[in-house]
Amino acid sequence: MKNRKPLSLRVPQPKYRPGDSPDFTGLVVPEAGSVRRPDIGVRPHDIADLAYGMIRVLDSHHRAVGPWDPKLDPETLRRGLQSMLLTRAYDDRMYRAQRQGRTSFYMKSTGEEAVATAASFALERDDMCFPSYRQQGILIARGYPLFKMMCQVYSNPADPLKGRQLPIMYSAKDYGFFSISGNLGTQFPQAVGWAMASAYKGDDRIAASWVGEGTTAEGDFHHACTFAAVYRAPVILNVVNNQWAISSFSGIAGGDDSTFASRAIGYGLPGIRVDGNDFLAVYAATQWAAERARSNMGATLIELYTYRVEGHSTSDDPSRYRPQDEAKAWPLGDPIVRLKNHLIQLGEWDEERHESANKDAVEQVRASDREASALGTLGQAKPSIKTMFEDVYKDMPWHIRRQRQEMGV
Amino acid sequence: MAYPQTAPGNGGLIMPTMNMIQALNSAMDTMLERDPNVLIFGEDVGYFGGVFRATEGLQRKYGVTRCFDTPIGEGGIIATAIGMGAYGLRPVVEIQFADYIYPAFDQLVSEAARLRYRSAGDFSAAMTVRTPYGGGIFGGQTHSQSPEAIFTHVTGLKTVIPSTPYDAKGLLISAIEDDDPVIFLEPKRIYNGPFNGRHDQPVVPWSKHPASEVPEGYYTVPLGRANILRSGEQMTILAYGTMVYVALTAAEASGIDAEVIDLRTLLPVDIDTIVASVEKTGRCVIIHEATRTSGYGAELSALVQEHCFYHLEAPIERVTGWDTPYPHAFEWEYFPGPERVTAAMRRVLEG
Repeated sequence: MKNRKPLSLRVPQPKYRPGDSPDFTGLVVPEAGSVRRPDIGVRPHDIADLAYGMIRVLDSHHRAVGPWDPKLDPETLRRGLQSMLLTRAYDDRMYRAQRQGRTSFYMKSTGEEAVATAASFALERDDMCFPSYRQQGILIARGYPLFKMMCQVYSNPADPLKGRQLPIMYSAKDYGFFSISGNLGTQFPQAVGWAMASAYKGDDRIAASWVGEGTTAEGDFHHACTFAAVYRAPVILNVVNNQWAISSFSGIAGGDDSTFASRAIGYGLPGIRVDGNDFLAVYAATQWAAERARSNMGATLIELYTYRVEGHSTSDDPSRYRPQDEAKAWPLGDPIVRLKNHLIQLGEWDEERHESANKDAVEQVRASDREASALGTLGQAKPSIKTMFEDVYKDMPWHIRRQRQEMGV
Repeated sequence: MAYPQTAPGNGGLIMPTMNMIQALNSAMDTMLERDPNVLIFGEDVGYFGGVFRATEGLQRKYGVTRCFDTPIGEGGIIATAIGMGAYGLRPVVEIQFADYIYPAFDQLVSEAARLRYRSAGDFSAAMTVRTPYGGGIFGGQTHSQSPEAIFTHVTGLKTVIPSTPYDAKGLLISAIEDDDPVIFLEPKRIYNGPFNGRHDQPVVPWSKHPASEVPEGYYTVPLGRANILRSGEQMTILAYGTMVYVALTAAEASGIDAEVIDLRTLLPVDIDTIVASVEKTGRCVIIHEATRTSGYGAELSALVQEHCFYHLEAPIERVTGWDTPYPHAFEWEYFPGPERVTAAMRRVLEG
């Protein structure tokens, strides 16, 4: 017998489970303004430390501080806040619609609104976003009609996707929003290809994509980073680290031993880690990465550190695997509250206006819902069955036409 | 024979002869010249010109951004092609061997094939995926497989297999111009010359075959149309790729007056040509190299049964590769050669 300790298998476990009191005091959260803002021409290897730090702009006194402050005018800040309020109101309404049996499925982005909306504000309108299923804030920030989003969720006769897709898997080319896939991570390397095409054509449009931290374990993440680095594709690769992949904590995706931003280093890409609940930090990081991309310097990997406040979807029950009050203990706060407090601190906002803006958002959502619901919710009314056979191919081949005839439509 | 007609005899040749590789190269050359949105990429396809030489000279002629090497990541190759297709380009990608296409399967099945439908036509991604397939080259398990049925099962994809240099060029141009994703499977055993399954005989080069007369420049062979290679009255043989030559050889050797149909496009398949032939002959033999169970022959057999049942005078026969992984040392025991085809033809005739 060899005189060695037997091997043992490590299976990472989260610190807290239901019944435990979550405590994030050990979490290293750098001071706002403490991370340097390098020139966009910096060599990725020279900013490896940014992959382990955290870019934050809003400090504990609600001030915007440090080199990453994008110095947005108050009107832009208010529009950002309104987009986040609208996103939250929309999520709340659609979640209830699912609970009322008016649709089959819904996914909220509560607590992560800054991730999508701030990035949207920092990108050009004709840049193409390749989102995952939790960036509805992009569509809302870009002014896509809530009515159409709701018709998609209800699969009703006005559903732009003709009842074919699971609720929330929107597609809106005119709004720079790529068709969402339910398969995780597939859009990451597609965004790289789209960006390569823009570069091939000598255009100036860039692409941005979002995956969750859990999806970084997919091969498509590796393909995206490899191809983006090799061809210096003008793309922003975002990893939304919201701590939970359904019931698996970020350690199951490899987050215990490193940051997700640091994955960039081996590919020769800049990797930066950002406070995802800080609208200004998300905006500034996206702007930095977009400038790099548009200057032909290639891709940036951004980890957006945030927290998934609600369940993964309406089919999930997070109380079965994490403490119920974990969201309350989350040290990076709520993105809406933080931006609101900043505007108040600037003297550009107050509680009354906030209350009124929130009411407006809720009313806007309610009005759109009335309009969409009037056309039917799931199971009440749907697009023409004949259309079920269309768009499989550009031109319908004989075998599909015969199947349509067989169905008698 | 439905090949392009030229004057008989070598003295009458009015066009250059090309082998299948040269014809494919000519198709890509033609399309790179015609359409600035066409670009080519894949493993080793750039400077080197591909392991089978199909893209030879294209990088030199059109520059590195129009024909370039990729990392060894088939999923990344297909995924980036989807993104480019969505942008409006027409990428033509090479997967070095069809056996290597499986890492890209999710991108093909869940993405390329579904994008138009799931977005209700908002997005689509035209692309052509070229990949050499099939055995007969002592390539062992991972350089010999015939995965066509896997792709015909995926609605949203088109699947094309040429069997001559002339068709290879015309079909590839059609595939590149098609607005849907096309899987373009190239029978690598017949890159250099038609192969009738008689592996102990010397290889006949394409230059001896009329279908090696390939025009320079642009022409198309439409997708979705089969080609009747040999007219006959006694039975119909359905084949594609390398197996059309096995079928022709078996027809000659057996003395049976068989009609040999080269399907050329497996999806959408040319049902009218199949039905007209089987209604005429009343008998049908289906041959392919791929393994039998759930192979494309099963679909063909079902289609013939559904459309021609009352014209059939005998059970349909399938002659295929056996349901084993492709065995290196037993290549010729595995390969459905002319003797097996002839035996099946006799059974069908007597049945």
